[in-house]
Amino acid sequence: MSGKGMNLTLKIWRQKDAKSKGKMETYKVNDISEHMSFLEMMDVLNEQLIAEGQEPVAFDHDCREGICGMCSMYINGEAHGPDRGVTTCQLHMRMFKDGDTITIEPFRAAAFPVIKDLVVDRTSFERIQQAGGYISVNTSGNTQDANAIPISKHAADEAMDAATCIGCGACVATCKNSSAMLFVGAKVSQYALLPQGQVEAADRVKNMVAQMDLEGFGNCTNTGACEVECPKGISLDNIARMNRELIKASI
Amino acid sequence: MSGFLKSSIGRKVAMALSAFFLMFFLLQHFAINMLSVFSPETFNEVSYFMGNNPLVQYGLQPVLLFGVVFHFVMGFILELKNKKAQGVAYAKNNGAANSSWVSRNMIYTGVAILLFMIFHFNDFWVPEIVEKYVEGKSQVGKDFHAHVVHMFENPIRVGVYVLAFVFLALHLMHGFTSAFQSVGGTAGRKKTLQNIGKAYSIIIPLGFVIIAIYHHFNH
Repeated sequence: MSGKGMNLTLKIWRQKDAKSKGKMETYKVNDISEHMSFLEMMDVLNEQLIAEGQEPVAFDHDCREGICGMCSMYINGEAHGPDRGVTTCQLHMRMFKDGDTITIEPFRAAAFPVIKDLVVDRTSFERIQQAGGYISVNTSGNTQDANAIPISKHAADEAMDAATCIGCGACVATCKNSSAMLFVGAKVSQYALLPQGQVEAADRVKNMVAQMDLEGFGNCTNTGACEVECPKGISLDNIARMNRELIKASI
Repeated sequence: MSGFLKSSIGRKVAMALSAFFLMFFLLQHFAINMLSVFSPETFNEVSYFMGNNPLVQYGLQPVLLFGVVFHFVMGFILELKNKKAQGVAYAKNNGAANSSWVSRNMIYTGVAILLFMIFHFNDFWVPEIVEKYVEGKSQVGKDFHAHVVHMFENPIRVGVYVLAFVFLALHLMHGFTSAFQSVGGTAGRKKTLQNIGKAYSIIIPLGFVIIAIYHHFNH
Protein backbone atom coordinates (compact mmCIF):
# COMPACT_ATOMS: atom_id res chain seq x y z
CA MET A 1 0.00 0.00 0.00
CA SER A 2 2.87 2.30 0.68
CA GLY A 3 3.05 5.32 -1.59
CA LYS A 4 -0.47 4.75 -2.99
CA GLY A 5 -2.44 5.93 0.02
CA MET A 6 -4.17 9.26 0.53
CA ASN A 7 -2.73 12.19 2.42
CA LEU A 8 -5.47 13.98 4.32
CA THR A 9 -5.94 17.03 6.49
CA LEU A 10 -8.37 16.49 9.37
CA LYS A 11 -10.12 19.27 11.22
CA ILE A 12 -11.43 17.70 14.41
CA TRP A 13 -13.43 19.06 17.35
CA ARG A 14 -11.37 18.64 20.53
CA GLN A 15 -12.99 19.12 23.90
CA LYS A 16 -11.35 17.98 27.15
CA ASP A 17 -14.58 17.23 29.00
CA ALA A 18 -18.24 18.25 29.24
CA LYS A 19 -17.42 21.45 31.08
CA SER A 20 -14.51 22.64 28.94
CA LYS A 21 -14.82 24.84 25.90
CA GLY A 22 -13.84 22.95 22.78
CA LYS A 23 -12.24 24.02 19.52
CA MET A 24 -11.32 22.69 16.09
CA GLU A 25 -7.78 21.30 15.76
CA THR A 26 -5.98 20.41 12.53
CA TYR A 27 -4.09 17.13 12.01
CA LYS A 28 -2.40 15.42 9.06
CA VAL A 29 -2.60 11.72 8.27
CA ASN A 30 -0.63 10.14 5.46
CA ASP A 31 -0.81 6.97 3.38
CA ILE A 32 -4.44 6.17 4.15
CA SER A 33 -5.76 3.20 2.18
CA GLU A 34 -9.03 3.69 0.30
CA HIS A 35 -10.11 0.29 1.63
CA MET A 36 -10.05 1.47 5.24
CA SER A 37 -13.20 2.32 7.08
CA PHE A 38 -13.46 5.84 8.48
CA LEU A 39 -12.92 4.55 12.01
CA GLU A 40 -9.77 2.68 10.93
CA MET A 41 -8.48 6.00 9.59
CA MET A 42 -9.26 7.49 13.01
CA ASP A 43 -7.34 4.60 14.60
CA VAL A 44 -4.31 5.49 12.44
CA LEU A 45 -4.58 9.10 13.60
CA ASN A 46 -4.81 8.02 17.24
CA GLU A 47 -1.80 5.68 16.95
CA GLN A 48 0.09 8.63 15.52
CA LEU A 49 -1.05 10.95 18.33
CA ILE A 50 -0.11 8.41 21.00
CA ALA A 51 3.35 7.96 19.40
CA GLU A 52 3.76 11.75 19.51
CA GLY A 53 2.78 11.80 23.17
CA GLN A 54 -0.51 13.61 22.49
CA GLU A 55 -3.99 12.80 23.76
CA PRO A 56 -5.83 10.55 21.23
CA VAL A 57 -9.21 11.67 19.86
CA ALA A 58 -12.09 10.14 21.82
CA PHE A 59 -14.90 8.73 19.64
CA ASP A 60 -17.71 6.24 20.17
CA HIS A 61 -17.59 2.84 18.49
CA ASP A 62 -18.43 -0.74 19.31
CA CYS A 63 -19.48 -3.38 16.76
CA ARG A 64 -17.96 -1.66 13.73
CA GLU A 65 -20.42 -3.43 11.46
CA GLY A 66 -23.27 -0.93 11.38
CA ILE A 67 -25.64 -2.45 13.89
CA CYS A 68 -24.87 -1.21 17.40
CA GLY A 69 -25.56 2.48 16.77
CA MET A 70 -22.57 3.65 18.81
CA CYS A 71 -20.48 5.42 16.18
CA SER A 72 -21.55 8.92 15.39
CA MET A 73 -19.47 11.84 13.96
CA TYR A 74 -20.59 14.68 11.72
CA ILE A 75 -18.28 14.37 8.73
CA ASN A 76 -17.97 17.19 6.19
CA GLY A 77 -21.33 18.58 7.26
CA GLU A 78 -23.28 15.30 7.24
CA ALA A 79 -24.18 12.75 9.90
CA HIS A 80 -22.15 9.56 9.25
CA GLY A 81 -20.45 11.35 6.34
CA PRO A 82 -21.23 11.69 2.64
CA ASP A 83 -22.33 8.10 1.86
CA ARG A 84 -25.97 6.93 2.12
CA GLY A 85 -27.41 4.09 4.22
CA VAL A 86 -24.22 3.61 6.24
CA THR A 87 -22.94 4.34 9.72
CA THR A 88 -19.52 5.97 10.20
CA CYS A 89 -17.90 2.55 10.75
CA GLN A 90 -19.25 1.45 7.35
CA LEU A 91 -18.04 4.60 5.60
CA HIS A 92 -15.10 3.78 3.37
CA MET A 93 -12.16 6.08 2.79
CA ARG A 94 -12.74 5.62 -0.96
CA MET A 95 -15.44 8.27 -0.54
CA PHE A 96 -12.57 10.79 -0.17
CA LYS A 97 -9.76 11.93 -2.41
CA ASP A 98 -6.04 12.41 -1.85
CA GLY A 99 -5.41 15.92 -0.50
CA ASP A 100 -8.94 16.34 0.92
CA THR A 101 -9.62 18.30 4.08
CA ILE A 102 -12.19 16.48 6.23
CA THR A 103 -14.12 18.27 8.96
CA ILE A 104 -15.10 15.97 11.84
CA GLU A 105 -17.47 17.16 14.58
CA PRO A 106 -19.58 15.51 17.27
CA PHE A 107 -23.35 15.10 16.77
CA ARG A 108 -24.74 18.47 17.85
CA ALA A 109 -27.95 19.01 19.85
CA ALA A 110 -28.72 20.52 23.23
CA ALA A 111 -30.07 17.08 24.21
CA PHE A 112 -26.78 15.41 23.12
CA PRO A 113 -24.15 17.18 25.26
CA VAL A 114 -20.51 16.50 24.42
CA ILE A 115 -18.74 14.26 26.95
CA LYS A 116 -15.30 14.45 25.33
CA ASP A 117 -14.08 15.26 21.80
CA LEU A 118 -16.45 13.41 19.44
CA VAL A 119 -18.30 11.47 22.16
CA VAL A 120 -21.77 12.72 23.02
CA ASP A 121 -24.24 11.68 25.70
CA ARG A 122 -27.20 10.02 23.95
CA THR A 123 -28.88 8.65 27.09
CA SER A 124 -31.81 10.99 26.35
CA PHE A 125 -32.81 8.35 23.75
CA GLU A 126 -32.76 5.67 26.42
CA ARG A 127 -34.99 7.72 28.71
CA ILE A 128 -37.49 8.16 25.84
CA GLN A 129 -37.43 4.41 25.25
CA GLN A 130 -37.95 3.74 28.96
CA ALA A 131 -40.96 6.08 28.95
CA GLY A 132 -42.98 3.72 26.74
CA GLY A 133 -40.93 1.82 24.17
CA TYR A 134 -41.92 -1.63 25.41
CA ILE A 135 -44.87 -3.98 25.87
CA SER A 136 -45.82 -5.43 29.23
CA VAL A 137 -45.91 -9.21 28.98
CA ASN A 138 -46.53 -11.68 31.75
CA THR A 139 -43.51 -13.94 31.64
CA SER A 140 -44.76 -16.39 34.27
CA GLY A 141 -44.35 -19.36 31.96
CA ASN A 142 -47.74 -19.09 30.33
CA THR A 143 -46.67 -16.74 27.55
CA GLN A 144 -48.46 -17.21 24.29
CA ASP A 145 -46.52 -18.24 21.22
CA ALA A 146 -46.08 -15.03 19.22
CA ASN A 147 -46.68 -16.93 15.99
CA ALA A 148 -50.18 -17.84 17.20
CA ILE A 149 -51.28 -14.23 16.71
CA PRO A 150 -52.15 -13.55 13.07
CA ILE A 151 -50.35 -10.49 11.69
CA SER A 152 -50.58 -9.35 8.08
CA LYS A 153 -47.40 -9.54 6.05
CA HIS A 154 -47.67 -5.83 5.27
CA ALA A 155 -47.94 -4.82 8.94
CA ALA A 156 -45.14 -7.19 9.94
CA ASP A 157 -42.85 -5.77 7.26
CA GLU A 158 -43.58 -2.17 8.21
CA ALA A 159 -43.05 -2.92 11.91
CA MET A 160 -39.76 -4.62 11.09
CA ASP A 161 -38.66 -1.62 8.96
CA ALA A 162 -39.37 0.67 11.92
CA ALA A 163 -37.59 -1.68 14.33
CA THR A 164 -34.37 -1.52 12.30
CA CYS A 165 -33.68 1.88 13.90
CA ILE A 166 -30.42 1.49 15.82
CA GLY A 167 -30.88 4.70 17.83
CA CYS A 168 -27.63 6.26 16.63
CA GLY A 169 -29.03 9.81 16.69
CA ALA A 170 -28.06 10.78 13.12
CA CYS A 171 -31.64 12.06 12.65
CA VAL A 172 -31.20 14.51 15.53
CA ALA A 173 -27.70 15.51 14.46
CA THR A 174 -28.74 16.27 10.92
CA CYS A 175 -32.02 18.03 11.76
CA LYS A 176 -31.88 21.83 11.67
CA ASN A 177 -34.28 21.73 14.63
CA SER A 178 -32.48 18.92 16.50
CA SER A 179 -35.76 17.02 16.45
CA ALA A 180 -35.85 13.38 17.57
CA MET A 181 -39.11 12.61 15.80
CA LEU A 182 -37.71 10.05 13.35
CA PHE A 183 -36.29 8.02 16.25
CA VAL A 184 -39.43 8.33 18.39
CA GLY A 185 -41.65 7.81 15.34
CA ALA A 186 -39.85 4.54 14.58
CA LYS A 187 -40.04 3.34 18.18
CA VAL A 188 -43.76 4.20 18.43
CA SER A 189 -44.47 2.61 15.03
CA GLN A 190 -42.84 -0.73 15.67
CA TYR A 191 -45.46 -1.38 18.37
CA ALA A 192 -48.36 0.59 16.88
CA LEU A 193 -48.33 -1.71 13.86
CA LEU A 194 -48.56 -4.94 15.85
CA PRO A 195 -51.45 -6.39 17.90
CA GLN A 196 -49.18 -6.79 20.95
CA GLY A 197 -48.64 -3.05 21.01
CA GLN A 198 -52.29 -2.02 21.03
CA VAL A 199 -53.04 -2.36 24.76
CA GLU A 200 -50.56 0.33 25.81
CA ALA A 201 -50.66 2.31 22.54
CA ALA A 202 -52.21 5.53 23.89
CA ASP A 203 -50.01 5.77 26.99
CA ARG A 204 -46.93 4.80 24.99
CA VAL A 205 -47.15 7.61 22.45
CA LYS A 206 -48.16 10.21 25.04
CA ASN A 207 -45.34 9.28 27.44
CA MET A 208 -42.65 8.95 24.78
CA VAL A 209 -43.55 12.30 23.18
CA ALA A 210 -43.69 13.96 26.62
CA GLN A 211 -40.22 12.58 27.44
CA MET A 212 -38.90 13.69 24.04
CA ASP A 213 -40.13 17.24 24.74
CA LEU A 214 -38.73 17.12 28.26
CA GLU A 215 -35.28 16.18 26.96
CA GLY A 216 -35.23 19.39 24.90
CA PHE A 217 -35.41 18.02 21.37
CA GLY A 218 -36.82 20.41 18.74
CA ASN A 219 -39.96 20.34 16.63
CA CYS A 220 -40.12 18.56 13.29
CA THR A 221 -40.58 20.89 10.30
CA ASN A 222 -40.66 18.06 7.75
CA THR A 223 -37.45 18.97 5.93
CA GLY A 224 -36.85 15.24 5.41
CA ALA A 225 -33.11 15.51 6.15
CA CYS A 226 -33.34 12.77 8.82
CA GLU A 227 -34.69 10.20 6.38
CA VAL A 228 -31.88 10.92 3.91
CA GLU A 229 -29.11 10.68 6.52
CA CYS A 230 -30.55 7.71 8.47
CA PRO A 231 -28.16 4.76 8.09
CA LYS A 232 -31.12 2.37 8.28
CA GLY A 233 -33.43 4.20 5.87
CA ILE A 234 -36.19 4.80 8.45
CA SER A 235 -39.09 6.42 6.59
CA LEU A 236 -40.73 9.76 7.38
CA ASP A 237 -44.01 7.82 7.29
CA ASN A 238 -43.13 6.78 10.84
CA ILE A 239 -43.31 10.43 11.97
CA ALA A 240 -46.72 10.78 10.32
CA ARG A 241 -47.84 7.59 12.12
CA MET A 242 -46.61 8.94 15.47
CA ASN A 243 -48.50 12.19 14.81
CA ARG A 244 -51.65 10.15 14.07
CA GLU A 245 -51.13 8.01 17.16
CA LEU A 246 -50.80 11.08 19.39
CA ILE A 247 -53.88 12.75 17.87
CA LYS A 248 -55.81 9.48 18.37
CA ALA A 249 -54.58 9.12 21.96
CA SER A 250 -55.40 12.74 22.85
CA ILE A 251 -58.93 13.04 21.50
CA MET B 1 -56.36 17.68 25.35
CA SER B 2 -54.49 20.62 26.93
CA GLY B 3 -51.43 18.38 27.16
CA PHE B 4 -51.73 17.69 23.44
CA LEU B 5 -51.66 21.39 22.54
CA LYS B 6 -48.59 21.92 24.72
CA SER B 7 -46.69 19.04 23.12
CA SER B 8 -44.31 19.48 20.20
CA ILE B 9 -46.59 17.45 17.94
CA GLY B 10 -49.72 19.31 19.09
CA ARG B 11 -48.11 22.61 18.12
CA LYS B 12 -47.20 21.23 14.72
CA VAL B 13 -50.76 19.99 14.17
CA ALA B 14 -52.08 23.46 15.11
CA MET B 15 -49.56 25.01 12.72
CA ALA B 16 -50.71 22.71 9.92
CA LEU B 17 -54.43 23.29 10.55
CA SER B 18 -53.94 27.07 10.42
CA ALA B 19 -51.90 26.55 7.23
CA PHE B 20 -54.74 24.59 5.60
CA PHE B 21 -57.14 27.37 6.54
CA LEU B 22 -54.85 30.07 5.12
CA MET B 23 -54.28 28.11 1.91
CA PHE B 24 -58.03 27.82 1.45
CA PHE B 25 -58.45 31.54 2.12
CA LEU B 26 -55.74 32.31 -0.43
CA LEU B 27 -57.64 30.30 -3.03
CA GLN B 28 -60.84 32.33 -2.57
CA HIS B 29 -58.88 35.62 -2.44
CA PHE B 30 -57.28 34.64 -5.74
CA ALA B 31 -60.62 33.72 -7.32
CA ILE B 32 -62.15 37.08 -6.35
CA ASN B 33 -59.09 39.02 -7.55
CA MET B 34 -59.29 37.27 -10.91
CA LEU B 35 -62.73 38.85 -11.31
CA SER B 36 -61.06 42.29 -11.31
CA VAL B 37 -59.38 41.30 -14.57
CA PHE B 38 -62.30 39.61 -16.29
CA SER B 39 -65.36 41.43 -14.95
CA PRO B 40 -65.01 44.72 -13.04
CA GLU B 41 -68.79 44.80 -12.36
CA THR B 42 -68.82 41.34 -10.77
CA PHE B 43 -65.65 42.21 -8.86
CA ASN B 44 -67.39 45.28 -7.42
CA GLU B 45 -70.45 43.24 -6.42
CA VAL B 46 -68.42 40.49 -4.77
CA SER B 47 -66.18 43.05 -3.02
CA TYR B 48 -69.23 44.80 -1.63
CA PHE B 49 -70.63 41.47 -0.44
CA MET B 50 -67.35 40.44 1.23
CA GLY B 51 -66.99 43.83 2.88
CA ASN B 52 -70.57 44.25 4.06
CA ASN B 53 -72.17 40.86 4.62
CA PRO B 54 -72.49 40.47 8.41
CA LEU B 55 -71.59 36.76 8.31
CA VAL B 56 -68.36 37.49 6.44
CA GLN B 57 -67.54 40.63 8.44
CA TYR B 58 -68.31 39.42 11.95
CA GLY B 59 -67.99 35.67 11.43
CA LEU B 60 -65.30 34.82 8.90
CA GLN B 61 -63.14 37.96 9.22
CA PRO B 62 -62.26 37.50 12.91
CA VAL B 63 -61.54 33.81 12.24
CA LEU B 64 -59.22 34.80 9.39
CA LEU B 65 -57.42 37.40 11.49
CA PHE B 66 -56.98 34.89 14.28
CA GLY B 67 -55.68 32.32 11.75
CA VAL B 68 -53.11 34.76 10.37
CA VAL B 69 -51.88 35.92 13.78
CA PHE B 70 -51.85 32.37 15.16
CA HIS B 71 -49.81 31.00 12.24
CA PHE B 72 -47.19 33.74 12.62
CA VAL B 73 -46.98 33.63 16.42
CA MET B 74 -46.79 29.82 16.49
CA GLY B 75 -44.17 29.93 13.73
CA PHE B 76 -41.99 32.20 15.84
CA ILE B 77 -42.52 30.11 18.99
CA LEU B 78 -41.48 26.93 17.15
CA GLU B 79 -38.45 28.66 15.62
CA LEU B 80 -37.27 29.88 19.04
CA LYS B 81 -37.77 26.44 20.59
CA ASN B 82 -35.88 24.82 17.73
CA LYS B 83 -33.01 27.28 17.98
CA LYS B 84 -32.72 26.43 21.68
CA ALA B 85 -32.73 22.70 20.89
CA GLN B 86 -29.78 23.05 18.52
CA GLY B 87 -27.06 23.86 21.03
CA VAL B 88 -23.62 24.55 19.54
CA ALA B 89 -23.62 25.25 15.80
CA TYR B 90 -21.65 23.05 13.39
CA ALA B 91 -18.43 24.43 11.93
CA LYS B 92 -19.42 22.78 8.65
CA ASN B 93 -22.99 21.84 7.80
CA ASN B 94 -24.05 20.62 4.38
CA GLY B 95 -27.83 21.08 4.56
CA ALA B 96 -28.20 21.01 0.77
CA ALA B 97 -27.08 17.36 0.79
CA ASN B 98 -30.28 16.15 2.41
CA SER B 99 -33.02 18.78 2.25
CA SER B 100 -34.41 21.53 0.06
CA TRP B 101 -33.60 25.21 0.54
CA VAL B 102 -37.29 26.06 0.89
CA SER B 103 -37.79 23.53 3.70
CA ARG B 104 -34.84 24.91 5.68
CA ASN B 105 -35.80 28.57 5.31
CA MET B 106 -39.53 28.66 6.14
CA ILE B 107 -38.92 31.23 8.87
CA TYR B 108 -37.26 33.66 6.45
CA THR B 109 -39.85 33.30 3.69
CA GLY B 110 -42.48 33.54 6.46
CA VAL B 111 -41.02 36.80 7.84
CA ALA B 112 -40.94 38.24 4.31
CA ILE B 113 -44.64 37.36 3.96
CA LEU B 114 -45.38 38.93 7.37
CA LEU B 115 -43.72 42.19 6.31
CA PHE B 116 -45.72 42.13 3.11
CA MET B 117 -48.94 41.48 5.05
CA ILE B 118 -48.35 44.64 7.10
CA PHE B 119 -47.82 46.59 3.86
CA HIS B 120 -50.85 44.94 2.21
CA PHE B 121 -53.18 45.48 5.20
CA ASN B 122 -52.11 49.11 5.28
CA ASP B 123 -52.90 49.37 1.55
CA PHE B 124 -56.38 47.87 1.52
CA TRP B 125 -57.74 46.50 4.77
CA VAL B 126 -57.03 49.40 7.17
CA PRO B 127 -58.53 52.09 4.85
CA GLU B 128 -61.59 49.80 4.38
CA ILE B 129 -62.12 49.42 8.12
CA VAL B 130 -61.61 53.15 8.72
CA GLU B 131 -64.07 54.02 5.95
CA LYS B 132 -66.74 51.64 7.23
CA TYR B 133 -66.42 51.71 10.99
CA VAL B 134 -64.66 55.01 11.85
CA GLU B 135 -66.04 57.36 9.23
CA GLY B 136 -69.27 55.35 8.95
CA LYS B 137 -69.49 55.76 5.17
CA SER B 138 -71.75 53.55 3.09
CA GLN B 139 -70.04 51.42 0.44
CA VAL B 140 -73.14 51.13 -1.73
CA GLY B 141 -72.10 51.74 -5.32
CA LYS B 142 -68.41 52.02 -4.44
CA ASP B 143 -66.04 51.37 -7.35
CA PHE B 144 -63.68 48.86 -5.71
CA HIS B 145 -62.22 48.04 -9.11
CA ALA B 146 -61.11 51.66 -9.72
CA HIS B 147 -59.44 51.68 -6.30
CA VAL B 148 -57.47 48.51 -7.08
CA VAL B 149 -56.39 49.86 -10.48
CA HIS B 150 -55.37 53.15 -8.87
CA MET B 151 -53.26 51.36 -6.24
CA PHE B 152 -51.28 49.47 -8.88
CA GLU B 153 -50.38 52.60 -10.83
CA ASN B 154 -47.34 52.90 -8.59
CA PRO B 155 -44.52 50.71 -10.02
CA ILE B 156 -42.83 50.43 -6.61
CA ARG B 157 -45.97 48.90 -5.13
CA VAL B 158 -46.15 46.46 -8.05
CA GLY B 159 -42.49 45.57 -7.42
CA VAL B 160 -43.12 44.92 -3.72
CA TYR B 161 -46.12 42.71 -4.54
CA VAL B 162 -44.17 40.70 -7.13
CA LEU B 163 -41.31 40.13 -4.69
CA ALA B 164 -43.71 39.16 -1.90
CA PHE B 165 -45.37 36.57 -4.11
CA VAL B 166 -42.00 35.03 -4.93
CA PHE B 167 -41.54 34.50 -1.17
CA LEU B 168 -45.09 33.16 -0.88
CA ALA B 169 -44.39 30.65 -3.66
CA LEU B 170 -41.21 29.49 -1.89
CA HIS B 171 -43.10 29.18 1.42
CA LEU B 172 -45.92 27.18 -0.16
CA MET B 173 -43.54 24.85 -2.02
CA HIS B 174 -42.64 23.26 1.29
CA GLY B 175 -45.68 24.25 3.37
CA PHE B 176 -48.38 22.68 1.21
CA THR B 177 -47.17 19.08 1.49
CA SER B 178 -45.57 19.56 4.91
CA ALA B 179 -48.98 20.35 6.44
CA PHE B 180 -50.27 16.89 5.48
CA GLN B 181 -47.35 15.18 7.22
CA SER B 182 -47.91 17.22 10.40
CA VAL B 183 -51.53 16.12 10.75
CA GLY B 184 -50.45 12.50 10.37
CA GLY B 185 -51.16 11.97 6.69
CA THR B 186 -48.70 10.42 4.27
CA ALA B 187 -50.56 11.79 1.24
CA GLY B 188 -48.15 14.76 1.13
CA ARG B 189 -45.36 12.30 0.37
CA LYS B 190 -47.14 10.82 -2.63
CA LYS B 191 -46.33 12.01 -6.14
CA THR B 192 -49.88 13.18 -6.90
CA LEU B 193 -50.13 15.53 -3.95
CA GLN B 194 -46.57 16.74 -4.44
CA ASN B 195 -47.52 17.75 -7.98
CA ILE B 196 -50.73 19.42 -6.77
CA GLY B 197 -48.62 21.25 -4.16
CA LYS B 198 -46.14 22.41 -6.79
CA ALA B 199 -48.96 23.55 -9.07
CA TYR B 200 -50.71 25.41 -6.23
CA SER B 201 -47.53 27.11 -5.02
CA ILE B 202 -46.67 28.34 -8.52
CA ILE B 203 -50.09 29.06 -10.09
CA ILE B 204 -51.61 31.04 -7.19
CA PRO B 205 -48.67 33.46 -6.57
CA LEU B 206 -48.05 33.79 -10.31
CA GLY B 207 -51.73 34.61 -10.79
CA PHE B 208 -51.55 37.35 -8.15
CA VAL B 209 -48.44 38.74 -9.88
CA ILE B 210 -50.20 38.76 -13.25
CA ILE B 211 -53.20 40.58 -11.74
CA ALA B 212 -50.94 43.29 -10.25
CA ILE B 213 -49.00 43.74 -13.49
CA TYR B 214 -52.22 43.70 -15.57
CA HIS B 215 -53.70 46.57 -13.55
CA HIS B 216 -50.43 48.47 -13.71
CA PHE B 217 -50.44 48.48 -17.50
CA ASN B 218 -54.21 48.88 -17.96
CA HIS B 219 -55.09 51.93 -15.93
